[in-house]
Amino acid sequence: MHRLAHTLSAPATAPLLQAQTVINGVAAICDPLGGLYLPETGTLVVSDLHLEKGSAFARRGMLLPPYDTLATLRVLEAAIARHDPKLVISLGDNFHDRVGSAVMPDTFRHMIASMAHGREWVWINGNHDPDGAFGLPGASMDELSHAGLVFRHEPRRGEAVGEIAGHLHPAATVVRRDRAVRRACFATDGARMLMPAFGVTTGGLDLRHRAMTGLFDRSKLVAHMLGRDRIYSVRFAKLIA
Amino acid sequence: MLQGDALTLPAPFLRWFGEKGWRPRAHQLELLARAEAGESTLLIAPTGAGKTLAGFLPSLVDLTRRGRIPPGSAFVGIHTLYISPLKALAVDIERNLMKPVGEMGLPVRIENRTGDTPTAKRQRQKLNPPDILLTTPEQLALLLANGEATRFFRDLRYVVFDELHSLVTSKRGHLLSLGLARLRRLAPRLQTIGLSATVADPMDLQRWLAPQAPDKNDHAGLVLVEGGAKPQISILKTEEHVPWAGHSARYAIADVYAAIKEHGTTLLFVNTRSQAELLFQELWTINDDNLPIALHHGSLDVAQRRKVEAAMAENRLRAVVATSTLDLGIDWGDVDLVVHVGAPKGASRLAQRIGRANHRMDEPSKAILVPANRFEVMECQAALDANYIGAQDTPPVGKGALDVLAQHVLGMACAAPFDPLSLYDEITTASPYMTLAWETFERVIDFVATGGYALKTYERYARIRKTKDGLYRVSNPLVAQQYRLNVGTIVESPMLNVRLVKRNQRGSLGRGGMSLGKVEEYFLEMLSQGDTFMFSGKVLRFEGIRENECLVSQAFTFDPKVPSYAGGKFPLSTYLAQQVRKMLADPARRAALPEQVRDWLSLQKDASMLPREDELLIETFPRGSRHYMVAYAFEGRLAHQTLGMLLTRRLDRAGLKPLGFVATDYSLAVWALDDLGATFELRRGALAELFDEDMLGDDLEAWLNESFLLKRTFRNCAVIAGLIDQRHPGKEKTGRQVTVSADLIYDVLHAHEPDHLLLEATRNDAATGLLDIARLGDMLKRIKGHITHRRLDRISPLAVPVMLEIGKEMVQGEAQDFLLSEAADDLINEAMGVGHDVDR
Repeated sequence: MHRLAHTLSAPATAPLLQAQTVINGVAAICDPLGGLYLPETGTLVVSDLHLEKGSAFARRGMLLPPYDTLATLRVLEAAIARHDPKLVISLGDNFHDRVGSAVMPDTFRHMIASMAHGREWVWINGNHDPDGAFGLPGASMDELSHAGLVFRHEPRRGEAVGEIAGHLHPAATVVRRDRAVRRACFATDGARMLMPAFGVTTGGLDLRHRAMTGLFDRSKLVAHMLGRDRIYSVRFAKLIA
Repeated sequence: MLQGDALTLPAPFLRWFGEKGWRPRAHQLELLARAEAGESTLLIAPTGAGKTLAGFLPSLVDLTRRGRIPPGSAFVGIHTLYISPLKALAVDIERNLMKPVGEMGLPVRIENRTGDTPTAKRQRQKLNPPDILLTTPEQLALLLANGEATRFFRDLRYVVFDELHSLVTSKRGHLLSLGLARLRRLAPRLQTIGLSATVADPMDLQRWLAPQAPDKNDHAGLVLVEGGAKPQISILKTEEHVPWAGHSARYAIADVYAAIKEHGTTLLFVNTRSQAELLFQELWTINDDNLPIALHHGSLDVAQRRKVEAAMAENRLRAVVATSTLDLGIDWGDVDLVVHVGAPKGASRLAQRIGRANHRMDEPSKAILVPANRFEVMECQAALDANYIGAQDTPPVGKGALDVLAQHVLGMACAAPFDPLSLYDEITTASPYMTLAWETFERVIDFVATGGYALKTYERYARIRKTKDGLYRVSNPLVAQQYRLNVGTIVESPMLNVRLVKRNQRGSLGRGGMSLGKVEEYFLEMLSQGDTFMFSGKVLRFEGIRENECLVSQAFTFDPKVPSYAGGKFPLSTYLAQQVRKMLADPARRAALPEQVRDWLSLQKDASMLPREDELLIETFPRGSRHYMVAYAFEGRLAHQTLGMLLTRRLDRAGLKPLGFVATDYSLAVWALDDLGATFELRRGALAELFDEDMLGDDLEAWLNESFLLKRTFRNCAVIAGLIDQRHPGKEKTGRQVTVSADLIYDVLHAHEPDHLLLEATRNDAATGLLDIARLGDMLKRIKGHITHRRLDRISPLAVPVMLEIGKEMVQGEAQDFLLSEAADDLINEAMGVGHDVDR
């Protein structure tokens, strides 16, 4: 059955299929919207929002559509509405460049403010936005240790236990019947977790890319791939059958 | 033509013709006479008619009369511009033209300018232009976007367009038509000369060559040379069994090899790169005489291609296996046989390929067609009939693309500040843009300036701005730099270089090694390390991807594991499709087919029926646990694929549980869990409803919105229109990066501004391109009221070819989530400790 028939025959309110996993002993839920929810502490983690990417390109002469910030924030709103978290952690590269948070239009600023209302918010600094977020609720920091986990933007080589990181935009490719399908994914071997990029115009880097080598115990590595309304969990070794 | 007319030629020409014992041909003199009378002209002539000399004759005569410009004179711009679709052709023409010019001792400077021309030479050409400049459409666009264009082109007298028939129907042709409109403004006296192979509608090209205006019907004159000696074409006669399906034509290898042995030099044409690879390998397997047989296709490394071309020109080869890269009029030495493996898919394409044999037009060319399966036998027969009756099925010029227009507008701003009204007047003189609405033009300018978004947030980043004098000018020099790096309409699909490396003794891969050419990234994505595939005439072992290179090693097997992909296949032309339908319906024409095919068709007649020409035959039958429906629409693979998408959507809505479909050039098979045949029989009108034209409304819209094909089309439009850079100053973006971001940008733009100019351009492209919606629409109209349903209890002979394709092909893009869930199921199985069926 091809995807077309699959989506048509599915009822409008298809059951949501999230994936449960455990990182360094902490239970976590991979949401197909691209966020990681930690139920024990009520924490929602998102990574690599790359807000204001369109305008960052426009400043350099490539007039990409100015709708990416709005689109990304709408998905974030949906994820927050679904989990109603106490704490939101945005894992860095929150903005596509240093000036992004300063030049962002007020409408989007207000959207973020109302999302942050009544909960805590942490902006982890990334390589694109090392100076932190300007004029937005929440605290900016390079790294956060919280409830047995470490949240940082770039994964560290070695000492990986309990690390939740982003930066690499992991994606996985499944090959079946001579056809390849590639999707963004959560990647975890139980010790650390690499988050998929949340921004709607962010690309992906294949798990087999050499930038990924040494980060995971590949025998335990699982890619939780983002489908339309569910997560598809595939072992690394099974990505290419 | 009177003998005396030749006397109008200047003395060196007459002397030269005399020394050679030749006489100028009538059409060469006629073209000259018309040019001297101030007329623009289209010359349609078969290969070998001396087209090139005819095209340059007016320039050479005019330049001879003018004489050499004394050193120290004031600047004189170029006199003649020659535009060719291929870089290699420009180089080839230079060689061929220099010879007579040298022998006649004419005071004419000829130079070429392509992407390979060194910077120093380009600079020199601008300061001290040659008399005749040979170049490509992209180089012309670059020259026109330059501030010195006015000076460079002001003395231009002639523009010669070679292989015009192949240029005009693509986006390159659109860009070139806009360039011509600008040239006319810079040099109002210029005359055009178009050189073309025979086409369906010469007037299309004649108008293209002349400035258009709404109230008058201006067009170039026509000089038509009738087609020389009739080619001798035959369909391969073989004792072997012609297969029912497939594209390899493996059965015919021995016969093809025998033909090569019997001739001096043979050109073997195939439709796809993979067919070329396969044929080349098969020929070498049985090449006991070690005949020099070479391979030539667009993905091979340039150096390798040049080597083959040189060997060919020197008559050192006995055969070359080639794809469309050899289609155009390069002189290939003494070819005395053309073998076409697989169906030609279009009558005009066949005629042009056959024209490659025997460049002397009064001797017949010789060609053998080798059909790969039984449907192709009919198609070859139809093409053969067409070649004899001179039928043409070249596509029409078509309406100018908006992405191309956006690129041109930016280029014109780079040349000099422009007034929008006068630029509009100029652009609408180009025939593809004749009907362009002012409002659309305004949207294009808005797009070029700020991206054309409803949300006006990019005013401060505008690339071009309207200044107080009402003129648009570029905001900063970087804009022009960016334009120059992105000019052109050929968007490379993401390709990786294939490099042959050796394993050292410890088993690790060495560095360096020979570059074999380029291969599409999506093909590599489905390979795992150790997989073997065929490329560059070798069986290779895939080792991995390192940066932008695909590393391979020599495989020691003749049987590659991964069959190559079917990319780059032309769909069956409308004309040939119609001929095949006629053939099926006409007992007399069927009788002319080979016995094997006749038997197959008469079996079909007994088991089911043969449809009339205007009739759509639908067969339904059960097989295994599934129910099949096969529709014999004969509209080409692309239209069938689109039809399949839309039909499954409708069947699904009707609750008939369609599972999948597969399309060939001739028919479409859909399979479902429910008994389709019973449903169609039960409710009269169900089939007519299913095939109603209204599927091209909402269903099409809904499907397009999630279609992967549309994204690929969008990417091309976005690159051409300058939204996404193909190359960026300093840092070259690889094709793979462009792909990723273009898809995502498409999603965002589609969600927030579905009416955006680029999405409009994308939909226009899709209608005629990958989705062939226009053709599907024509078909649905044609078959209205002419659908015949045959409910069978088993598969019919005519259905076998398409049924054999099932399993080989899955519908690209639409099966994605299915594959994902299959992969995820593997994990579930593993977790539950079961190997196969899971009860869910």
